[in-house]
Amino acid sequence: MMNYEPGATPPEPPTDPPPPAIEARGLTVVRGDRTVLRSLDFTVRPGGITGLLGPSGCGKTTLMRAVAGTQARATGTLDVLGRPAGDPALRSRIGYVTQAPSVYTDLTVRQNLDYFAAVLHPGRAHRDARRAAVTRAIGDVDLTSHADALAGALSGGQRSRVSLAVALLGTPELLVLDEPTVGLDPVLRRDLWNLFHRLAAERGTALLISSHVMDEAERCHRLLLMRDGQILAEDTPDALRHRTGTRTVEEAFLHLVNARLADETAPPGPPLTQEASR
Amino acid sequence: MTATAPPATGSAPARPLTPSRTTATAARVLRQLTHDPRTIALLVIVPVLLITLLRYVFDGAAGTFDAIGASLLGIFPLITMFLVTSIATLRERTSGTLERLLALPLGKGDLIAGYALAFGAVAVLQSALATAVSIWLLGLDVVGSPWLLLLVALLDALLGTALGLFVSAFAASEFQAVQFMPAVIFPQLLLCGLFTPREAMHPVLEAISNVLPMSYAVDGMNQVLHHSEITGDFVRDIAVVAGSALLVLSLGAITLRRRTP
Repeated sequence: MMNYEPGATPPEPPTDPPPPAIEARGLTVVRGDRTVLRSLDFTVRPGGITGLLGPSGCGKTTLMRAVAGTQARATGTLDVLGRPAGDPALRSRIGYVTQAPSVYTDLTVRQNLDYFAAVLHPGRAHRDARRAAVTRAIGDVDLTSHADALAGALSGGQRSRVSLAVALLGTPELLVLDEPTVGLDPVLRRDLWNLFHRLAAERGTALLISSHVMDEAERCHRLLLMRDGQILAEDTPDALRHRTGTRTVEEAFLHLVNARLADETAPPGPPLTQEASR
Repeated sequence: MTATAPPATGSAPARPLTPSRTTATAARVLRQLTHDPRTIALLVIVPVLLITLLRYVFDGAAGTFDAIGASLLGIFPLITMFLVTSIATLRERTSGTLERLLALPLGKGDLIAGYALAFGAVAVLQSALATAVSIWLLGLDVVGSPWLLLLVALLDALLGTALGLFVSAFAASEFQAVQFMPAVIFPQLLLCGLFTPREAMHPVLEAISNVLPMSYAVDGMNQVLHHSEITGDFVRDIAVVAGSALLVLSLGAITLRRRTP
């Protein structure tokens, strides 16, 4: 079990050569008449935590929906676990947790998980494996004492943990979590981040976690900084701070935004500011 | 906690329909209902109360009660299942559980058949009670077999489930979903022959009533009411109702999108 201490960058897990968890080339998404993602190129390595950070409305959720295969009108190349995003074979290998908890409020925690487990591993033959997976997932999110409470009777933070537990059921290779810690108290946030690190270290799960709270960036192995439908930078927190000569990821983000703005407003000619290099 | 992952059980690939996923979905829908006993009570008791009311409205005209009562036994399950399904599916869409399910290896057929199975079971309970009370307590005079009445009622319930599932795709809120009831059901109610024989309507309306499934649901009930044998018309009626239900269910499947804008 790993414990995370703020301020220290968690050690990066050993990087084997397996295919990237996510690889995007020229990923573009149009919603309505708005281009939400503009030709993104990025790679998410397997078996580590990648933080997707950026202000609200910058396209984080759209990017995650594209990875989960639920976003229509996504063009370009987007490979997830070696297959094109949305491939039916990926449905049991990815756990996707939306920002709003998507569980049945008129079922208990255990009944919710029982049903989703039955969808993942149907049939009587898997009944014992299902029961074990449900009990483990409830324990993972620390809701064992609330297992028989109606999901609708839980607090908002507890309900979002039920939603997370559903995603943990199938032991997915990739977990896509949309703002999983928003609105949680500090203790719960720390516990969840400890869980994320355990998943990465002990089960080899790749996690893509979005947040608009920059201090959570320090807890990730790698970062994707996003703004206005574009990737600003893709690196480790340490390297980002080092490269921009800043002390925190928040300052690094602001530095990169300013550099980008200076670029955009600069008159035609050679670029004035050095663009963040990959 | 341990780092060992559970044995890779090799989850079954996504198919349009897997029996065990369908029954799991039906069981889940019924389990949701059991947490809402008031809805179950309303579903089961209200038709009985209404048919009892009708019996005494036509206290002096037993023949009228027979005709309208039998028709209503077919119409109740259609209307209630329409309402229940459209709200339930709308909730599934707005709560995000539909998106989650479609991102899992669940076939669209599993979801639709699961709902049809669950609400079909509720409809059997509802219709059995209403039919039994009508025949044994209220003296509804049926020439044919009560089982055939139950069969038509079940098919009507499936049609209601199918229509509810379909229209929920066009409702953005529960307010809108409820308003689809008068929009979709009432015209059929007016044209189905309940108030006046369809032959007596304006020819244009009669032609329209010929293509509305509820006309056949009501006609099927009347066939059982008047004939001891299974008539050719009865077979046509239940075939039309079942066929319409299947057609609308497949239209409903099209409205379930794995990818949304």
